[in-house]
Amino acid sequence: MARPARPKMSWAWLGIMPFFLFAFLFLLYPSSTIVVRSFVDSKTHAFTLKNILDLFSSPYILGAYWISIKISLVTSLGGGIFGFLLAYAAIRGGLPKILRSSLMTFSGVASNFAGVPLAFAFIALLSPTGLLIGWMRALGYNPYFHGFTLYTFWGLSIVYMYFQFPLMVLIIAPAIDGLRREWLEASENLGANSFQYWRHIALPILLPSIMGTMILLFGNSFGAFATAQALTGGQINLATIVIGTQLRGDIMGDPGLGYAMCLGMVVVMSIAIALYTILQRRTERWLR
Amino acid sequence: MKRGSRFWWWLVMIIGILYFFLPLIATFVFSLKAKLGVLSFQAYSNVFSDPDFVRNFMYSVLWALLTIVVGILLFVPTAYLIRLRVPKARSAVEFITLLPFVIPAIVFVFGLVRTFSQPPLLIVNSPALLIAGYTVLSMPYMYRAIDTGLRAIDVRTLTEAGQSLGANWSSILFDIILPNIRVAILSGAFLSFAIVIGEYIIAQYLAKPAFAPYMAYMIQQKAYEPAAMAILSFALTWAALGIIQLVGRGRGQAQVPGGH
Repeated sequence: MARPARPKMSWAWLGIMPFFLFAFLFLLYPSSTIVVRSFVDSKTHAFTLKNILDLFSSPYILGAYWISIKISLVTSLGGGIFGFLLAYAAIRGGLPKILRSSLMTFSGVASNFAGVPLAFAFIALLSPTGLLIGWMRALGYNPYFHGFTLYTFWGLSIVYMYFQFPLMVLIIAPAIDGLRREWLEASENLGANSFQYWRHIALPILLPSIMGTMILLFGNSFGAFATAQALTGGQINLATIVIGTQLRGDIMGDPGLGYAMCLGMVVVMSIAIALYTILQRRTERWLR
Repeated sequence: MKRGSRFWWWLVMIIGILYFFLPLIATFVFSLKAKLGVLSFQAYSNVFSDPDFVRNFMYSVLWALLTIVVGILLFVPTAYLIRLRVPKARSAVEFITLLPFVIPAIVFVFGLVRTFSQPPLLIVNSPALLIAGYTVLSMPYMYRAIDTGLRAIDVRTLTEAGQSLGANWSSILFDIILPNIRVAILSGAFLSFAIVIGEYIIAQYLAKPAFAPYMAYMIQQKAYEPAAMAILSFALTWAALGIIQLVGRGRGQAQVPGGH
């Protein structure tokens, strides 16, 4: 096949060049710029580790990363557990069949419904004049008198959950489908109760995919920007918000630090994706 | 499944349904309150008669259409050639198409703005950079959709049949391959459409007119009109994804979301 195909081969390579050219110019080159400039002094253009070290010496930036990581942990764990329960309820909970297909459709829409409109939807629901808060006030309980606000950590977590748990549902559903009914029947025939079934069969099989999907959720929330920006007007100190502020040039005149912050985000995301890939391989052993 | 456990599954399902619908209901109810004391569609008519909204929205539609066209022109030939002639490049292409998942949108825009705002690459003000950015963001979905479509048809046989009938490469690609994967392309296109219409970061930082930045601005200015816009945006997302399910019936894949 090698020799006669030769001339065509080079034409084919030429044919995929536009793609690589595009990817290089608008994705690879700008991304590599971030890596390179993180190690370059923005004034003298000499190699430096100062930008990276500055990340770790600024409590403001460390705090931003920490809040980003915290909110991602909370919403990936919360969204992951709830999304899993929801998917399991629809697939194996013995509920009407229609719920399953509607849940998948709703999840597809909800996981895409994010950013500015999502922020507004929760303002309409949970702001001091929001619908639900109004109902709760009518019942004599105003959460705003008990430390709740929509515009800080827990409020934002509730909003993020809106795109987190549907994503969990979408990704975990095939894994739940892969759980064979024979395994449940076999364990029941052998006298196992449902706790033992979960402890020794279902969870060990599902755990890698649950963990893997939660890591995806972590990344999904870690990189989120528009929702938080629109909800809080940039008042919450997330890593993405700090980068956004830096890009507008409002604060911290040091562009080198901005590159380093971006690099930090990419490093965290790469670790997450690497873990996901490893877990994905483990999953495939059982669920085909 | 035992009887008692079904109650708990119902409970989980009901909480899920409430979580999903309450914010939407609140938004919808709020959007009807523009007139004091009565429910009306006043906010909607305000939105549609606002020339700034129409302009920003139409720009978003334009950006979305251009992104889809660029995506098709760029990804169909590539995915086709990878499948047929240069499988060696597959892993490199797959790595590139998945990169936007690893690089958060704000970081990507940061790199884009900083790279293209200094000579010799001073194109930060050109709409071309905006379209390029959108194309990158929609690439994981668009490329994947096209590749899945190509996997479902017999690319090699179709190509050889075309060649033996004397077709040149462009008519093979556009008259034979493209119509055969139109369902896949359509679902990629509608997903890209939903992503571009909802996208905030790129347009905001490249200072281009678009729907999401305008809505974010209006949240600071008005009360009821943003509610109407949020409902509109939800309806659009719903329509786009509904059409995907409709055209792709029976071969639907899970649609995984865009930038937040």
